[in-house]
Amino acid sequence: MPRKRDLKKILIIGSGPIIIGQAAEFDYAGTQACKAIREEGIETVLVNSNPATIMTDKGIADKVYMEPLTEDALIKILKKEKPDGMLAGFGGQTGLNLSMAMEDKGILDELGVELLGVNRNSIKKAEDREEFKKLMLEIGEPIPASTIATSMEECKEFVDKIGYPVIIRPAYTLGGTGGGFAYNDADLKKYATRGMESSAIGQILLEKSIAGWKEIEYEVIRDAKDNCIIICSMENLDPVGVHTGDSVVVAPTQTLRDKEYQMLRDASLKIIRALEIEGGCNIQFGLDPVTGDYVVIEVNPRVSRSSALASKAAGYPIAKIAAKIALGYGLDELTNYVTQSTSACFEPVIDYIVVKFPKWPFDKFRTASRKLGTQMKATGEVMAIDRTFESALLKAITSLEVKCDGLRVPYVTNLDDDKLMKKLADCDDERIFCIGEAFRRGLATVDDIFEMTKIDRWFINKIKNIVDMEFTLAKEKLNKNLLRKAEAMGFTDSEILELSGVKREVLQDMRLYHDIFPIYKMVDTCGGEFDAATPYYYSCYDTEDEGVRGSRDKILVVGSGPIRIGQGIEFDYCCVQGVWALKELGYEAIIMNNNPETVSTDFDTSDKLYFESLHMDNVMNVVRKERPEGVILQLGGQTALNLAPDLDSRSINILGTHFSNIDLAEDREKFSNLLHELDIPTPEGHAVTTREEAFEIVEKLGYPLVVRPSYVIGGRAMQVVYDDDELMRYLKEAVSLSTEHPVFIDQYIVGKEIEIDGISDGKDILIPGIMEHIERTGVHSGDSISVYPHFSISDEVADTIIDYTKRITKALSIVGLVNVQYAFDGDKVYVIEVNPRASRTVPILSKVTGVPMVKVAIAAMLGQSLKEQGYGTGLYPRSANYAVKVPVFSGAKLVDTDMVLGPEMKSTGEVLGIDPNLDKAIYKGFLAANMHIPTEGTVYVALRDYEKNDNSADIIRAYNAKGFDICASKGTAEFLNERGIPAQEMSMDEYKEALEDRIQLVINIPTLTNHSETLGFAMRRLAIERGLAVLTCMDTAEAFLKAIELKQKNTDLDYRLVWE
Amino acid sequence: MEGLIYLEDGTYYKGEGFGKETTKVGELVFNTAMTGYQRTLTDPSYKGQIINMTYPLIGNYGISEEDYESEKVHAFGIVVKDLCRKPSNSKSVTDLASWLEEQGVPGVQGLDTRMITKRIRNEGTIKCVISTEGITVEQAKELCDSTELRGDWMKEAGVSEAKVMGDGSRKIAVYDFGVKGSILTAFLHRDCTLKVFPYGTTAEEILEWGPDGIFLTNGPGDPEEATEGIEAVRDLVDTVPIFGICMGHQVLALALGGQTYKLKYGHRGGNHGVYDKDTGRSYITSQNHGYAVSGDSIILKGLETTHINLNDGTVEGMRHIRKPIFSVQFHPEASPGPDDSRYLFEKFLKFVDEGRDK
Repeated sequence: MPRKRDLKKILIIGSGPIIIGQAAEFDYAGTQACKAIREEGIETVLVNSNPATIMTDKGIADKVYMEPLTEDALIKILKKEKPDGMLAGFGGQTGLNLSMAMEDKGILDELGVELLGVNRNSIKKAEDREEFKKLMLEIGEPIPASTIATSMEECKEFVDKIGYPVIIRPAYTLGGTGGGFAYNDADLKKYATRGMESSAIGQILLEKSIAGWKEIEYEVIRDAKDNCIIICSMENLDPVGVHTGDSVVVAPTQTLRDKEYQMLRDASLKIIRALEIEGGCNIQFGLDPVTGDYVVIEVNPRVSRSSALASKAAGYPIAKIAAKIALGYGLDELTNYVTQSTSACFEPVIDYIVVKFPKWPFDKFRTASRKLGTQMKATGEVMAIDRTFESALLKAITSLEVKCDGLRVPYVTNLDDDKLMKKLADCDDERIFCIGEAFRRGLATVDDIFEMTKIDRWFINKIKNIVDMEFTLAKEKLNKNLLRKAEAMGFTDSEILELSGVKREVLQDMRLYHDIFPIYKMVDTCGGEFDAATPYYYSCYDTEDEGVRGSRDKILVVGSGPIRIGQGIEFDYCCVQGVWALKELGYEAIIMNNNPETVSTDFDTSDKLYFESLHMDNVMNVVRKERPEGVILQLGGQTALNLAPDLDSRSINILGTHFSNIDLAEDREKFSNLLHELDIPTPEGHAVTTREEAFEIVEKLGYPLVVRPSYVIGGRAMQVVYDDDELMRYLKEAVSLSTEHPVFIDQYIVGKEIEIDGISDGKDILIPGIMEHIERTGVHSGDSISVYPHFSISDEVADTIIDYTKRITKALSIVGLVNVQYAFDGDKVYVIEVNPRASRTVPILSKVTGVPMVKVAIAAMLGQSLKEQGYGTGLYPRSANYAVKVPVFSGAKLVDTDMVLGPEMKSTGEVLGIDPNLDKAIYKGFLAANMHIPTEGTVYVALRDYEKNDNSADIIRAYNAKGFDICASKGTAEFLNERGIPAQEMSMDEYKEALEDRIQLVINIPTLTNHSETLGFAMRRLAIERGLAVLTCMDTAEAFLKAIELKQKNTDLDYRLVWE
Repeated sequence: MEGLIYLEDGTYYKGEGFGKETTKVGELVFNTAMTGYQRTLTDPSYKGQIINMTYPLIGNYGISEEDYESEKVHAFGIVVKDLCRKPSNSKSVTDLASWLEEQGVPGVQGLDTRMITKRIRNEGTIKCVISTEGITVEQAKELCDSTELRGDWMKEAGVSEAKVMGDGSRKIAVYDFGVKGSILTAFLHRDCTLKVFPYGTTAEEILEWGPDGIFLTNGPGDPEEATEGIEAVRDLVDTVPIFGICMGHQVLALALGGQTYKLKYGHRGGNHGVYDKDTGRSYITSQNHGYAVSGDSIILKGLETTHINLNDGTVEGMRHIRKPIFSVQFHPEASPGPDDSRYLFEKFLKFVDEGRDK
């Protein structure tokens, strides 16, 4: 069946901002889909509010609407564009939900738009618990005893019948939000209530728990002719009970006999056929390790995180093929993109093992419970490929950037035996390290650990092999055989050095003399059976090296690793742009990265892809193999930049800004001195080692102050303090003060925060735009709403900023990208920070201004002057649009984390609101961030003392004037009443009750954050869980008023293309 | 234990030996399947072959009582990257190494099996010595050079005496070139009585039993060597419905005047897409063959191609244009591998039933 000829124009729905459970994988899938459709000569129209994505860039889709993913926006865009078809299966749950809404409203029928790939029926049957259950019963596929409930009574009735434990899952949610295990009545009440609340339709599934069974996943593709194939099978190391997004996952399955494998394969085909999916889908099974019985856990009728992983693991581009199928192609009419000669209708075979390891945000959210369960907590993941499980696991671990060189992390190593065993039993993010440590201390046998964790003994035995090798290295004299064995098992040089006690030179010489270096093998989808044309490599210590060094000049781009808070998809955007720019300039562009979710690790993005850990050892091995002309570090965020000292000391050519200047910009003291020399103001700061010293500084600088420790011990890190009490409390509670661990105290400049991104060729600088933050200084730039272009500062201030930027850039001899953050206190402009690398806002400015920043930067790094490049120098002419970046928090996922704005970043993603009118752009930004914008009802207000001022009173008065009733905490109510604002005092109990109906918005500026025992924390959580907006900065509250005003007026929004 | 693989072109690889301490000479082939090593090793079609497993981790789920394709290992040896000595699966009764030792079969681990696969891909299947008893390279060379590989393993891979199995309503005669247990099971589950005839049985002897249908099995070796089988089949084509799998398919082609040829490196694994001209659909199939039927050779012999390999276009199935006779090159019984094409058993039995109704 060739493709449907009547399709001339197709609209693709993106997935919007990155949140836990819906991350970079959809940029990867969407980009592939756009490319696959466009190459058919079909016009593509993309709607996505996420500016950090590759898919929203010029050249991927024909038309891009960077607009909120709301029903209103989509209806208007559909009406305007009149596409022939719509693809919803590439935008995650957001895409599916929106497409369902369009169908429900009859829009698609009205406009004659065909829903491609998925259909209403498949979505409903796969996602609605009851329908799914019915279907499974119909086709005879086993599912756990379960019931659908919309009330507590129904829950109780079910449990009375089948007993505990039960698992609770809400219907229609992302990443398992709101689910949990209940072992007793109290658990049941807690999770059932929360689940019903977080479900879009107030519906939950109660299910007999199969915790402890093996969790197996299959990625399946089906075409309209009913051809079905399995792309990849995956086995979760963590048994059922831990969300697959939080599990260590291997591909292919390891502990299944062929019979078991085929049994689940048959079931997968049966299910995808019954659902009539045309495209990709993910099916999860539970397999009883004792009886071999299985149950179907869940089906995702679309591409997902798992399909991105499966695509990278097997080398088979699922999204691309799924898009082609949506156009009508049969699998047997398509070619295998990797071999370019064989058919796409085959099942990839793997001749290596893949380990996926989640990346959790607990280093940022130190108070969050690290315990893993049915609710996903990871923000990203890494993948490693190798010939054995041990080496793939160790590679994955060193990819996590948790400061470890092997299966040991200091925290676990330092636990006493009891605490260690307790932590092991607790199932948290460090369990694998605990297992290793338990073996190391001889506290448990393989069987003991199996009993405690239910992790299959196969995995436990392999972990034990790693520990056994540690002992061997410590005990035996290092010789060539042992060294080769240890390296082949995935041990890093640092780990071997530490365990064996030999000197680095000795190790180096042994490697050289005996030629113990990794070789590179190709990922080819067919286990070597056919010739492959795709340059996708992984390292291993085996015999035949398949890596062939090309003859062209080559440049290595180091990627940004897993998605985490503070380092998101925007850096992958920069790396991909960088690779493309290098290709255009005629270089062989080589990338190394370890993130399976991203576009940078797609097999056809670069000229050569090394899917590798970004540990120094692995980077050096690739450098040794390829001997590139230069290495680019400034695109891969802090991950890549952190490699600069080591690469520089080995005399490896780092392109762009010289290492000594990177170091200068990153060293607080040196940089401060430089600014003094340049006569550029910067907040004064000092390091203190005693309380006395701290208070001396207070004398000198005065409050407020920014305080942060040089060494984080848990508890709080950076904070703004306003008086002696707060400072004292900080010094006492949050940090241990000593000469080894000083605390930095900086002057806190209260005022506007302004940020620029620029490109320099060493002589001139091009500044695409200036961005002004809505929130005052003290809020991390990643968490503040920022507006391009600047809208409130005077030309004089802007000129000063440009002048300072030019001088700093010159002094640091910046070549390539630079980001500078400023504060303006109404009088003076201060430099807060200079980042000599790509920043979070590069994709935004590139898209809004049309200056391809990374491309220009790459050309500059390779010697082309800015003047030659034709984008001019100095400040680029402003665009006709305002662009408002609004951060998005995954607050609903991390129940014990306080999403209060402050100096530490907490958001996981961002959206952009674009409009020629600033207020409308702001409104669009809030809409795109999916914030609940009320038009009536009650606003609850609680302000810290410092905020009880005129400005706050004016803002609350404005809310009142817009028709909102004001309720407040005791102190705040008194303050507001004094200012003539009618505010009703409200107790916690009243608040809880009022949340159910009256309260529509919470404005809460807390004194203490992240203290789960405080009342404020509980209040904020309750509101977040009810889907209300909780504003924790008065500036946000002020901006939010604009959105409310426009919504109250029923303002009609225009949705436009980013580029006409 | 030392392990050695010596190839006829003089290259050799040293690894760690496991299984039986012995030396064997055979044809080195690769298999790309990621599961099913026990069924593969006990598949009689692998008689005389040394299997290089492309998937690196072998032995993970041990050996079970349930996963035999015949009562013993037929392959002459196995080459793996990373042998698992501590398997984990509730059905596992022993580990791969111990089992191979009992079975008298050698294995070598620690070799770059992807490299070996690529060699076979580029150079074709190779004569090979596998040794775990510490012989020298010179000894291996001598042994390799002096051994002539046999192509007629089908003559002894099957039963040596006829035996009857099951008590279903249909009588199916099985011409045994080295049948896999799963094929017999597939028939036994479908209301059949089977009589398995040893290699060399004549058409007359088979027809004496009064079968409703004839099944030609899989088996090892060069189909052209199966002369007695080819002759018997030639005499059976005008009697009752016939279905052939793998060797059976090739023998059928030869019996009707077609030709077979040796593939450069064969198809062995569980992931090949096969297009069925009748249904217009494609199926993922389990494959194990080193020879194929020439598509051109069967034209004008009363046969037509029904199935095509999506990767290399080779013949994967054919049927007689007038008679209820058809065959496939791949393995619809799967085991190991995907069983998307089990419907072929139903198709054959439909012919059988139609024939009986007449």
